[in-house]
Amino acid sequence: MTGRTTQVTRYVLDNGLTILLKEVHTAPVASWWVLYRVGSRNERTGQTGISHWVEHMLFKGTPRFPAGTLDEAIERVGGVWNAQTSFDYTAYFETLPAQHIGLALEIEADRMQNALFDPAEVEAERTVIISERQGSENSPTFWLHEETRAAAFRVHPYHHPIIGDMADLHTITRDELYAHYQTYYAPNNAVAVAVGAFDSAELLRQIETLYSAIPRRPDPPPVTRTEPPQQGERTVRVERPGNASYIYLAYRAPEAAHPDWIRLAVVDSILAGASAPGGDSIGNRTSRLYRALVETELAAGVGGGLYPSVDPYLFSIMVTVRDGRTPEEVQDALDREIARVSAGEVSQAELDKAKKQARALFAYGTESVTGQAFWLAFAENFAGYSWYEDYLSRLDAVTLDEVQDAAARYLRRSQRTVGWFIPVDEGDPPRSAS
Amino acid sequence: MNVATLPGPHDIARRVLPNGIAALARENPHAPSVVITGLLNAGSIFDPPDRAGLAAFAAAALLRGTFQRDFAAIHELLESNGASLTIGGGLHSASFSGKSLAEDLPLLLDLLSDSLRNPSFEPAQVERLRGEIVTGLKIREQDTRYVAGRAFRALAYSDGHPYGRPMGGTPESVAAITRDDLVAFHRQHYDPRGMIVVVVGAVAPEEALDAVERALADWTADAAPAPLPVPGAPRLDRTRTEFVAMPGKSQADLVLGVPGPSRLAPEWHAANLANHILGVFGMYGRIGAEVRERRGLAYYSYSRLDGGPGPGPWRVIAGVNPAHVEQTIAAIRAEIRRFLDAGPTSQELVDSKAYFIGRLPLQLEDNEGIAGAILSMERYGLGLDYLQRYASLIDAVSEADVLDAARRYLDPDRYALAVAGPALPGDGEEGV
Repeated sequence: MTGRTTQVTRYVLDNGLTILLKEVHTAPVASWWVLYRVGSRNERTGQTGISHWVEHMLFKGTPRFPAGTLDEAIERVGGVWNAQTSFDYTAYFETLPAQHIGLALEIEADRMQNALFDPAEVEAERTVIISERQGSENSPTFWLHEETRAAAFRVHPYHHPIIGDMADLHTITRDELYAHYQTYYAPNNAVAVAVGAFDSAELLRQIETLYSAIPRRPDPPPVTRTEPPQQGERTVRVERPGNASYIYLAYRAPEAAHPDWIRLAVVDSILAGASAPGGDSIGNRTSRLYRALVETELAAGVGGGLYPSVDPYLFSIMVTVRDGRTPEEVQDALDREIARVSAGEVSQAELDKAKKQARALFAYGTESVTGQAFWLAFAENFAGYSWYEDYLSRLDAVTLDEVQDAAARYLRRSQRTVGWFIPVDEGDPPRSAS
Repeated sequence: MNVATLPGPHDIARRVLPNGIAALARENPHAPSVVITGLLNAGSIFDPPDRAGLAAFAAAALLRGTFQRDFAAIHELLESNGASLTIGGGLHSASFSGKSLAEDLPLLLDLLSDSLRNPSFEPAQVERLRGEIVTGLKIREQDTRYVAGRAFRALAYSDGHPYGRPMGGTPESVAAITRDDLVAFHRQHYDPRGMIVVVVGAVAPEEALDAVERALADWTADAAPAPLPVPGAPRLDRTRTEFVAMPGKSQADLVLGVPGPSRLAPEWHAANLANHILGVFGMYGRIGAEVRERRGLAYYSYSRLDGGPGPGPWRVIAGVNPAHVEQTIAAIRAEIRRFLDAGPTSQELVDSKAYFIGRLPLQLEDNEGIAGAILSMERYGLGLDYLQRYASLIDAVSEADVLDAARRYLDPDRYALAVAGPALPGDGEEGV
């Protein structure tokens, strides 16, 4: 092997900025991520979608780098940049030929404190974001996910969509956006990660030069609206124009830092197919649900999802009902299959297979510096970066008893929300005044 | 950038097997994995007019069972080893890609060979797959971007041009395809001649080529291969438009464009640079700057040049509020007109060239990226030293070349335009 890889090193600057560095000398590229501990989880009613909108505004310029200049600066050196807003975080990254990583460090240091939030740009972006939501609304499954999640969470802000409710997108003001930025975009509320072909000591010096003077801010307010225990199954029906029915099943699941999370990840792998943090997914045609639903010609596709979250979230199963079949018959078959697993019908061979698949998926995930840097930042936010680094060893330690026990405790009807998308033929539903 | 470190003749091994398969391999020792990718001349361009979707159906059926292994056996072998393999139908080619730990390369190649050569098209599997395809097509009927794209193709490539047909077929055409059609399509078009296989990963190149040879060298086909029917596409003589009303949608998608240059056209690089300046560079180029950034009309608005072996489309794609459709079309046409009037600025051309050359390290970071680049070199006869020559090819393009290439294809007054979305306000159709 000519490519040298180091362990992750972690530093915390005096202003509270957490820094993770990992040298990977397999290709002449490097990725720089800055993740802020703010997402839709931190939003209150009336301001839903504000974190995502702030993310957009951070591409609208600073005094030093006016809007548009950075897209061009990055492309000139052959790099890419982007950002994403999720439930628990907002993250920005650049991946560049390694000799240009200094550009990424400067961009993120600058917009951590100097984004303009020009009122005209805020208004132009309002229509772009409304358009983004309308684009999502074109998809039947967007409505199904939104409504099912809203039913699954009554109190916790996971209730509302990351893009925000349309009502709020019409009314959020420039000053609210700026206040959100001022509250959460602080070094002590951020994680910065570099992975790639650089010298760590030299890079750390550059980071200190650019970031250590950024002032610490007051700690952002904690999220206090804990979701109360669920008291019985909840059901949701979404009826809209469409050509297919879908079932979205969402069980209450623990937060990523909880020891049960990885046990439930094994249940997910056995039921709906292998996917691993940091890796690709592979086919799921030998999974329990594929065999029970797709091979029996009840469904056209099935997938599972367990999202690593800061607060307890959901383990979900999404089924596309096959043309000519009904959601009722698919739901029955789905329930029968889940009941087998929750009754403890899981074999050692299935557990071993899930572990082996995860090892291969992790090997694939180490090819790209962008993916590795994302996962280090993401994991640092919800559990500490070692959650990612130690994933395979923790998975290896999971026993069959633990998997059976987790399945029995989490796959309970009383702890789930069942969402159905039912296509209807008639045209537009009645429009409300807007 | 040190061009000597880019994949090239010094580290790509190439071997043409006696049956016509071109095999290429490059070692990438950094992760313990390997990818295979490649193609055969068995795309939807060979679909009979009354059997749209046949090539895609056939490709999707290959991994559903062979005479040696049934569906469960194939996928147990893949998934229990953490490997993946997919075969899909494209416009000109059926293409495949697979991934595994390096030690499982022989397994992956064996499965590829078996599924390409010996598919059983078992009737129950064919029916199961048909239902999944039809469900998928019906779901796509609800996707404004897909519907607009399909309508655009029919307008831009008319008079029976194969590019004008929906590649995956329609629910009706797929319903009409028989098992005999699949068997016959496979017999006629799955052929080692013209096939390309690329292996990249933690395997020594000669060892990888030996593995390809062991798996595929004894595949012979007797009939002469069908020639690739890639007719040219004339410039549009007039604007053709279609609006597809889709109830219940919030956003409209629009596609505006023309038949463009093939990847083999002499002006390819110039056209590609023109496209980049017009609708890609920075935040979607000039069109993005006008439509999204300056006017806030759309969440996305960009242009795209497909290339490929024939006259693939050159088009602008935008997702807009229904009330903004007319304004967006006017803005896109104005940007095309402005570009054709004056061409790129010298700064724009310098910037886009810098991006084309500078992005190579990122494109070639992982096994998939390297394999894709090698596949392109072989498919279009670019030569194994293409990446070494690439910077000088791009540097040689002048502002006049870029303008000429754009003028040769684009026209703000003659284009194909398809819009799919809710009924436009004020067009008199609302509430019907």
